[in-house]
Amino acid sequence: MVSERDVEHIAELADIGITKDELGEFTPQFNEILEYFDLLDSVEGTSPATRDLTNIFRDDTVVPGLSADEALANTPEKEDGFFKAPRVM
Amino acid sequence: MSVLSGTPPVSSDSSIATDPSNDEVIIGLEIHCQLDTSTKLFCGCSTDYRDDGPNTHVCPICLGLPGTLPKVNKKAVEYALKVAKALNCEILEESEFARKNYFYPDLNKGYQITQYDRPLAVRGYLDIEGEDGEKRVRITRVHMEEDPGRLVHKGGTDRPKYTLVDYNRAGIPLIEIVTEPDLRSPKEARRFLNKLRATLEYLGVYDSEKEGSLRVDANISIQPRGWFEREGKGKADRGRAEVKNISSYKGVEKALTFEITRQKNAIRRGQKLESATRHFVETRGVTTASRSKEMEQDYRYFPEPDLRPLRVRSWSDKIVLPELPDARKVRFIREYGFSPTHAATVTGDWRVAEFYDNLPKDLAVSAATATWIADTLLGELNYRDMSISDVPHGHFIELITLIRKDTITDKSGVEVLRSLLDQLKEAGSCEKPSECVKRLNLAKTGGEGLEPVISEVLAEQPQAVSDYASGKSEAFNFLIGQVMKKTRGRVDPTELNRVMRETLDSRGP
Repeated sequence: MVSERDVEHIAELADIGITKDELGEFTPQFNEILEYFDLLDSVEGTSPATRDLTNIFRDDTVVPGLSADEALANTPEKEDGFFKAPRVM
Repeated sequence: MSVLSGTPPVSSDSSIATDPSNDEVIIGLEIHCQLDTSTKLFCGCSTDYRDDGPNTHVCPICLGLPGTLPKVNKKAVEYALKVAKALNCEILEESEFARKNYFYPDLNKGYQITQYDRPLAVRGYLDIEGEDGEKRVRITRVHMEEDPGRLVHKGGTDRPKYTLVDYNRAGIPLIEIVTEPDLRSPKEARRFLNKLRATLEYLGVYDSEKEGSLRVDANISIQPRGWFEREGKGKADRGRAEVKNISSYKGVEKALTFEITRQKNAIRRGQKLESATRHFVETRGVTTASRSKEMEQDYRYFPEPDLRPLRVRSWSDKIVLPELPDARKVRFIREYGFSPTHAATVTGDWRVAEFYDNLPKDLAVSAATATWIADTLLGELNYRDMSISDVPHGHFIELITLIRKDTITDKSGVEVLRSLLDQLKEAGSCEKPSECVKRLNLAKTGGEGLEPVISEVLAEQPQAVSDYASGKSEAFNFLIGQVMKKTRGRVDPTELNRVMRETLDSRGP
């Protein structure tokens, strides 16, 4: 069972501000989702066969990427070709 | 990756004052090196970003855009395996990538792809020259991960206003090497790093001249002598500091030395040292407390669902390692007649060792040439903050040949070298050594050329001449000094001594 304290902690880690009301709203939702997984766990003999697929590689060959303009196209805040983010120090 | 344990209950003997002289320093390192591949770890973006503007070497994958999938660079895995093998590690039969979740602008996806409980390799070692002879430093693990982006803090260093982010560096393949707490002094830590750097460069997987290609975190605590060995952990009131953000070889020694002083002072004042994360401020040479409670992270690692595991242990058998620093050192002693000290210096840097190996054989097999490289050249380069790669190989061969052929004295050779290095530093190019000798008028004066200068000096110094005649030996050295002064060191001292002695003695008493 996830407690309100857990939800608060996860919100902190993700740097998302949530209100007391939202805590009350989200905590049961978290638990509902987790209950689905409990349900899946209870089903016997149907754990998905792990595909024996390993060592998927690509060669060390340069492929053209995006231009700086394209890279920055979706960001609301930019400066001199950089993404602009809040103060972190 | 490190686990900061909580503080256990204070042990019963913590009140007993410990004799500070009977303490020892316990150091472990975590080293991050950029692997020198052409493309990033999970996408085809070029890693050659250093001269380019921000966010010019990016694509949807390394920008972490939704719907993209990472794909592992095979060469990066091969490089990492070479490192693991050279560090005598055990390669895991199956290893996998994991997500390390944290919220910080240097990570665009909100997680870093790294390795956690199934790293590439574990339990290796690297032998170094320790404080008391050869020392084996145990390697805990070697794993691969992606480099985060680069942050620029704007608007004042103390309290920046905002942060700028450049993702050119995001996704560059890194290898993280973690040591056991086996190092006992900042000097040993530096030697370990030098040896590690040399090894990685010999392997051809790392370029130490690329800015920001190495970062080190150091764990350090001061323990009563023998405690750590006996208990397998630090004393409760001697918490360790994890010093982050060390980005140069010199920085490591500086940061550790500062941290030792800080911890020793705290111990002397009877303070309890809590385990804490500290930040190295290179410009000031100090470590500062991080806001540890806020920084403390719960990374919620889990296996990276977008990547399949690696099964590469068998590859390692096919890797043929090149000659590594220790083997080369032995060869230089045997092949070129190096002293052990000079051999350690020259082979301790891959570029210097290559430079030496590429000298013509007759010049290379010479104690004089070894001294010239190990002492003179490296000293002059270090003084100017230059690298051996700045030195034109042909010019150096010419200079050594001029000295070898007695065209100039050793002392003049140093003068030529200094002038050439200054030119290189200023303009990026320099004249030929022979031109420099001509310009500075350094060609050796000997035989015939010496006599006029000696006659001149003897004529100028009648007092010294008669002092010599009356048996005062200091007068001889004085006269030699006068000739040296006039010729600015261009004469061969042995030759000068001989001719001077002959001239004076032929005058009779």
